[in-house]
Amino acid sequence: MADEQQVIDKPAPQQIIAPGYTFGTVTDQIATVVLTKKTPIFWFATFAVGIGLLLLFLLAVAILFTKGLGIWGLRSPTFWAWDITNFVWWVGIGHAGTLISAILLLLNQRWRNSINRFAEAMTIFAVACAGMFPILHLGRPWLMYWLFPYPNTMGIEPNFRSPLVWDVFAVSTYATVSALFWFVGLIPDLATLRDRSNNRFLKFAYGILAMGWRGSARHWSIYETASLLLAGLATPLVLSVHTVVSFDFTIGIVPGWHSTFFPPYFVAGAIYSGFAMVLALAIPLRAVYGLQGLITDTHLDYCGKVMMATGLIVGYAYILEAFLAWYSGNVFEQAAIANRMFGPYRVEYWVLVACNVIAPNALWFTKVRRSPVLLFIWSLIVLVGMWLERFIIIVSSLAQDNLPGSWRIFESTRWDWATYLGSIGLFLFLFFLFIRLLPMISIFEVRTLLPQAKVEEEAGG
Amino acid sequence: MNKPIYGVMAEFDSPSALVAAARAASEKGYRKLDAYSPFPIEELSDALHLHHNKLPLIVLIGGIVGGTLGYLMQYWIAVDYYPINVAGRPLHSWPSFIIITFEMTILLAALSAVFGLLGLCGLPMPYHPTFNVPRFALASRNRFFLCIEATDPLFDHDRTCEFLETLEPREVSEVAH
Repeated sequence: MADEQQVIDKPAPQQIIAPGYTFGTVTDQIATVVLTKKTPIFWFATFAVGIGLLLLFLLAVAILFTKGLGIWGLRSPTFWAWDITNFVWWVGIGHAGTLISAILLLLNQRWRNSINRFAEAMTIFAVACAGMFPILHLGRPWLMYWLFPYPNTMGIEPNFRSPLVWDVFAVSTYATVSALFWFVGLIPDLATLRDRSNNRFLKFAYGILAMGWRGSARHWSIYETASLLLAGLATPLVLSVHTVVSFDFTIGIVPGWHSTFFPPYFVAGAIYSGFAMVLALAIPLRAVYGLQGLITDTHLDYCGKVMMATGLIVGYAYILEAFLAWYSGNVFEQAAIANRMFGPYRVEYWVLVACNVIAPNALWFTKVRRSPVLLFIWSLIVLVGMWLERFIIIVSSLAQDNLPGSWRIFESTRWDWATYLGSIGLFLFLFFLFIRLLPMISIFEVRTLLPQAKVEEEAGG
Repeated sequence: MNKPIYGVMAEFDSPSALVAAARAASEKGYRKLDAYSPFPIEELSDALHLHHNKLPLIVLIGGIVGGTLGYLMQYWIAVDYYPINVAGRPLHSWPSFIIITFEMTILLAALSAVFGLLGLCGLPMPYHPTFNVPRFALASRNRFFLCIEATDPLFDHDRTCEFLETLEPREVSEVAH
C-alpha cells in the first residue's frame, strides 16, 4: 500500500544518569551510604547543628508554654506574624517534593527517579515543621485536638465555614498522604537493605519494615497500579494545599489579602521555594556522598528551570497585586500596597523583590543552571526571598489595617528568632537521620533508568 | 518420596532473559509460576498475564466513601448537632463544605490504595519459601528469578528442572518449604 504509515523510530532518549552503571553498582552505591559504618564528617557537622537548633526550639517552646504567646512580638493589631509566616514558608517548601513524586511521575519525566525519594522526605519533614507553628500559636497548644471534630462531653464541634478548619484538614491530609506515598516507595528498597545488610539487627529491622517484599511480578504489577493511583491522588494536593492556605488570608477582608488570585500565586510561590530547598539539599549531598553520577548536572539544570518558571509567575503576581490594587479603586487596597512599597516595611519589600523578581532571571543562563555553587547560592536567595514575601503579606497588612488609630509596627523578639531557627533545627535533625538510616535515592527506580533495564524481545516472539 | 518442595527456581542475568523464560514457561502450559525482579518490568506482566487487578476499584470505593462521609459529617454537625446561626444565613452552607469533602475523598482513597496494595499482595508476609534459596537475596539487587511452583498440574521435578535448563539460566535450584 502506498499510504502505509511511516513510523519514525523514537530518537534514543538522552542518558539521564552517567554511563557505566550496572544494577549491582547503583544498588551498592546508594545502599552503602546507609549500611556503611563510616559516617562523613559533613553528616556529623550538620547533624550537630540540627540538634543544637532543635534544643533551642525545645527551649523556646518550653518558655512559650510557661509564659504564653506574649514572648513573641505579637501585639495588637498584629496577631499573626512570624509563626504564620513560618507555617506558610514550610508548607510551601513541601510542595516541590509532591510535585516531583506525583506530577512528574504522571508526566513520565524519568529524570525525577534520582531525586524523588529525598524530595519526598523533605516534604514530610517540612510539613512537620510547618505543623508546629499553628499549633504553638493556638495559645493553649495542649488542646490542639479540639481542632478536629470528635465526640466530646462539651457538646461542641468545629465551625466548618472557617478556612482555619479547612486548613486543619488540608494539612493533615497532606501530611498523611505524603507519608504513605513515601513509605510505599520505600518498600522495595527496604527489601534491598534487608538483603544487603550483614548485621542481624539491621536485617531484622529492615525486614520488618519491608514486610516480606520479594519482588514478585504479581506484586510489582499491583505496586505499579498503586504508585500511579497515589500519584494521581497526590497531584490535586500539590495544587490544593497551598490554595487552602491562601484561603486563610483571602477569605478575610484585611486589605492586601482579600483577592482571588492568591491561590495560583501561593501555589507558584510554594513550588518556587520548594525547588530551592531541593537544590539546597541535593547540591551538598551529592558532593559529599559522590552521587554526581546519579544526581547529574542535568538534574540541577531541570530544577533550575522549574525554579525560574515558577519564579517568573511569582514576579507576575507581584505586578498583578499592585495593578489590581490600583484598578480596584479601593482606597484601602491602594493604601496597603503603598504601605508595603514605601511604608515601614519597604526594606523587606524591596529585598524580596530583588530575591524573587530580579535574582531568578540569572537562571536564564545555562552557565548558572549548570554551576552547582551558583545554583546553591541562588537557592538560598530564593528561600530568603520567599520567607520575606510571606512576612510582608501577613505583617504589613495586619500592622497597618483599616483603622489607622490602631496601627503598630511589628517588632520581632529573640523568641521569634529562636522558634524559627529551631524549626530549621528540627528539619535538619529529621532529614539527616533519614539520610543515615534510609536510602536517599530510590534504588529500584534508578535501576529502571539503566539501558540494561530495557527488555529486548525477539521479533515475532 | 522426597520431602515436598515449594517449587524449582531458575536464575537469570538480565530482564530480557527473564521475560523470554516467563513467556516460554507460560507457552509450555505452566500456570503456577511467578517471576522475581529487582524492579518492575512491564513486559513481564504481559508474559504472565497480570494486567488486571482490583486496586482501582478499591480506591474508587474508598474515595466515594471518604467524600460521602466527609460531607455528611459536616452536614450533620452544621445543621443538626451544633448549628451556628450567622445572621440567619442558611445552616446548610454547602459551598464551604467542599474543601473538607475533597480532603476526605483524597485521604480515604489514599489509605485504601495503600492498604489495598498490602491486602492484594498478601503483605506483610515476613516468611516465604523463596527466601530459603540463598542466592534469592540478589533478587533485590541484580538477578532475575523464575519459579515454577510444585502445585502446578504440569509440575514434575525432573522434567520441570530439565525444561528450566533449556532456558539457559545461570543456575536452577530447588525451593524448600
